[in-house]
Amino acid sequence: MTTVFNVEYAAKKIIEAFPDSVAVVVKVAVVVNSNSLYQVAEFLKDTSGFEFDYLNNLTAVDYIDYFEVVYNLNSLEHNHSLVLKTRCYDRNRPVVPSVISLWRAADYQEREIYDLMGITFEGHPNLKRLLLWEGFMGHPLRRDYL
Amino acid sequence: MAIKTEPFILNMGPQHPSTHGVFRMKVTLDGEVVVDVEPVIGYLHRGIEKLAEGRTYTQNIPFTDRLDYLASMTNNFAYVLAVEKLAGIKVPERVEYLRIIVAEMMRISSHLMAVGFFLNDLGAMMTPMLYMFREREKLLDLFDMVCGQRLTYNYMRIGGVSQDIPDDFLPALKRFVAEMPGFIDEYDQLLAENEILLVRTKGVGVLPKDLAINIAASGPVLRASGVDWDIRRDDTYSIYDRFDFDIPIGNVGDCYDRYWVRMQEMSQSIRILEQAIAQLPEGKVCADVPQLLRPPIGEVYGHIEAPKGELGFYLVSDNSISPYRFHIRPPTLINLTALKDMVIGWKVADLIITFGSMDVCLGEIDR
Repeated sequence: MTTVFNVEYAAKKIIEAFPDSVAVVVKVAVVVNSNSLYQVAEFLKDTSGFEFDYLNNLTAVDYIDYFEVVYNLNSLEHNHSLVLKTRCYDRNRPVVPSVISLWRAADYQEREIYDLMGITFEGHPNLKRLLLWEGFMGHPLRRDYL
Repeated sequence: MAIKTEPFILNMGPQHPSTHGVFRMKVTLDGEVVVDVEPVIGYLHRGIEKLAEGRTYTQNIPFTDRLDYLASMTNNFAYVLAVEKLAGIKVPERVEYLRIIVAEMMRISSHLMAVGFFLNDLGAMMTPMLYMFREREKLLDLFDMVCGQRLTYNYMRIGGVSQDIPDDFLPALKRFVAEMPGFIDEYDQLLAENEILLVRTKGVGVLPKDLAINIAASGPVLRASGVDWDIRRDDTYSIYDRFDFDIPIGNVGDCYDRYWVRMQEMSQSIRILEQAIAQLPEGKVCADVPQLLRPPIGEVYGHIEAPKGELGFYLVSDNSISPYRFHIRPPTLINLTALKDMVIGWKVADLIITFGSMDVCLGEIDR
């Protein structure tokens, strides 16, 4: 059975390594600032005790005030899981760093979020629409798309 | 004097018999050798995630049938488990068993199709596939008895299943379970030692272990690469911890290992079915759940080991009757990330079988 990694403990360790990186700790997840997301993700992947080598799921939610990008991480070695999140408040130009160089699993999933939610992943080598066609106007999974 | 050559771009699909649906590959070739592959998808995109935001939790169950349409039952299963986790619903004992029985039947059916089409791609036109279809037909008849459908079942409900099994179901299933190991032996005799199958698949389309983890491959594709990971055991859901079964692991990660893992998993599913039938208790087939469910505010990621890999649902509830966000994690889309690495340097015919061995379903990739 996969154990859920203690969110408080994870947040404490992340703050020790990168002060000012954690925005808020919610019940189920650590929310980090988008400009330190890559460093935190790298830290979670490579530090012993965490070793989140498997990116289960990557998705985004539109909460109208902000977009939330959700990373469901898993460690096959320790069999524990953690939810990492980041938020972007700029509706016109939401930008999040790409984690494709850490987990290539992010490749299609970041393209899908870019396509349907309109979030740009900085550093993605091939960021273009995945499901909809080139030239499609708008991003359908946004709440204000009708 | 060397002859000057230049790369050639070949467009395969969307309408192509080996692409298992409407899938397009932009293949760059040097002679017959693959230099680059770029999958182009979205021809079957129906916007299920957006549609689901406007319907109630129960109304979304039929959508899940139309993801991986060769394994509808496990799609239902993944979705209802996620909703039950979100709303904190406990289901009756009989339901747990019925769900596992149909889910394991579905796994056998899906793997039969995967192996059958894989051999079809290899050039064993139709003959092995029709052997597989012979057994799949019996399974479809059983599903028909359970819920009146052969492909899109819509059998599971939040808190239970739509109806109890009819009286003649269990005897028919017992007959199937008793016969199936004989049929698997028959396939093995036809295929496992077949010289052409071995030459075409051994060492072809290798997915190394590290890469398999890095791209978050799942299901038989991950296990064929030698990673001992099965969500049924490692993140147990429902009552899988009560059953005794082995998890077959490949060692190279080539096309043969992926084929072999699927064949072994069918035998293991039979073992689970035997145990589940023996233990099946009497009782209610649906918990008391309000007709119009309003889960508390929150979010959940629920995942199961579907026949093709880790099928996950990420649901966000705002305490209304429909999900605020409904995200599907399709296993085969994410497995496809590695396609390019697996086929570069191989010939076009090997591209076809490598793609076939990954067992993709476009209904799920495009959603």
